[in-house]
Amino acid sequence: MERTTSPRRRASRNAKAWVRTAILAVCSLAVLLPFFVGISMAFKTTDQAVEGQAFDLPRPWSMEGFREAWELTNFPTVFTVSLTITAVSVVGSVLLSAMASYAIARNWHRPFFRFSCYYLLAAMFLPFPVLALSQVKLSGYVGLANPAGVILLHIMFQLSFNVMLFTAFIRGLPEELEESARVDGASASRIFWTLIFPLMGPMTATVAIFTLLASWNDFMMPSMIIANPDMQTLPVVQKMFQEQFSNSYNIAFASYLLAIGPSIIAYVFCQRWVMSGLTQGALK
Amino acid sequence: MTTDTAPTRTDQRPNRRLAPLRRRRRIEPVFYLFLLPALVLFSLCITLPALMGIFYSFTDSVGFGGFHMVGFKNYAVLFSDPSMLRVYGFTIGIALATVVLVNVVALFLAIGLTSNIKFRTLLRTVFVLPMVVSAIIIAFVFQFIFSTTLPAFAESIGFGPLTDSILADPHLAWIAIVLVTAWQATPQAMLIYIAALVTIPDDVYEASSLDGASSWQQLTRITVPMISGYVLINVILGFKNFLSSYDIIVGLTDGGPGTATRSVAMSIFKGFETGDYAYQMANSVVFFLITLAIALLHMRISRGKANI
Repeated sequence: MERTTSPRRRASRNAKAWVRTAILAVCSLAVLLPFFVGISMAFKTTDQAVEGQAFDLPRPWSMEGFREAWELTNFPTVFTVSLTITAVSVVGSVLLSAMASYAIARNWHRPFFRFSCYYLLAAMFLPFPVLALSQVKLSGYVGLANPAGVILLHIMFQLSFNVMLFTAFIRGLPEELEESARVDGASASRIFWTLIFPLMGPMTATVAIFTLLASWNDFMMPSMIIANPDMQTLPVVQKMFQEQFSNSYNIAFASYLLAIGPSIIAYVFCQRWVMSGLTQGALK
Repeated sequence: MTTDTAPTRTDQRPNRRLAPLRRRRRIEPVFYLFLLPALVLFSLCITLPALMGIFYSFTDSVGFGGFHMVGFKNYAVLFSDPSMLRVYGFTIGIALATVVLVNVVALFLAIGLTSNIKFRTLLRTVFVLPMVVSAIIIAFVFQFIFSTTLPAFAESIGFGPLTDSILADPHLAWIAIVLVTAWQATPQAMLIYIAALVTIPDDVYEASSLDGASSWQQLTRITVPMISGYVLINVILGFKNFLSSYDIIVGLTDGGPGTATRSVAMSIFKGFETGDYAYQMANSVVFFLITLAIALLHMRISRGKANI
């Protein structure tokens, strides 16, 4: 790339880059327009929203939709439930799959650990609908038809993917590091917590983001498992605007924005790890 | 990388005599403690319901109360039920159409986003956004766009065919489902393609352009063959994911109009409401066998050809 020294070639390269950028920018409208529709609808008054002209800007800009969505969805409670489910799922998933992956990666020569790994990975191709009805039945029996049950299932359904990423990553760490700690008399558990787990930082971030998005955005599992409607999550609650308030578009869209805002913010802050995680092992 | 780095590393180790020594050493019990919680919970939450489902598929259970064993009756009914065959046909058709659309668009975007462009980080962030948002909410937003915005827009420019919502048309609603599913699924495929494309060295393209290759030739003769393993993975994983489509269909059409857009996942979920629990369990088992077949295909291919 550095060899193109002549100014004319550099100018043509530059022009091409601008053309490509322009094409991609036009394509990005396909992503941005729905977001624009969502935002412009959310800030309208109810009167203007029922006109249904999505591309008109709000006049005047109104917070009415947000205020009503906040109350209708009982936002503080639902948000707390969603946040709790997501946070515990992320922490639980990271710990459980990191520990299991370390045991598997360092005992790969023992059949029990190797087969355990295949056993856990097998679920990657098991769609939730296949298990749904039995899981609803079971969770009802054992008193887990609530957010705790959803947390457990989120962790379990994420386990395969996370174990795959973590084992790949741990195998890439040189074993010599541990050998020296072992010579100094450290136990496997001590080695894991003080040496390996901190080294897994970048992969932990990736795993945490994927688990966070899957858990925060999930609609199917909470809608099936959680029996008490007052303990539902944000995506599930949005359904009420389709069923009961079908013409309150501004309130519906304000509520959607409130629900997706946190995941967008989390993503924008963490996006560099998504790419690095994928290149480090997602496909291996 | 796992599959090829692990053996290489062992081979390159200077003191290979250590390996057998290590194998003989007694295992620390703590390794079992690390693995067991995952194994036990996994068995209870995933394996047990799966076995339960298989068991109930041979009964006449309605989801509660007593039941009798009925052998393969549910399966026999399933395979001779025209509405069920239509649901399977619809689901597979949607999955195929979406896989094609997603991969073409994702590859095009990935090539654009890895080439020499301005504002690369910003553009990448924008194109990944759909992946970050809950599918059900995406479906609700598009439901509004298809049923209100587009007809109003079509009317204002006097374009007849679109003045009615395509979601209300049993023959066209699937198009909306494919478009919105693709809209949401493209970023993930695109990220995988970006990860693949950055591994192709620049000089391959430089050499080929010195030989006078056109951009199209570069795409079909260099880019696609070099990342064929990733294309396969994307196609198979995508197909498996789109088969169990649920959120987006619920949000867009809820299976309607009538039952024109009902997917396999939706009919399974209706098992409790309609009291045909055992029947839908048989449906789940069949559905699982289909995804299992895809999984085995995936493993064969990724071990054989892709090697990534």
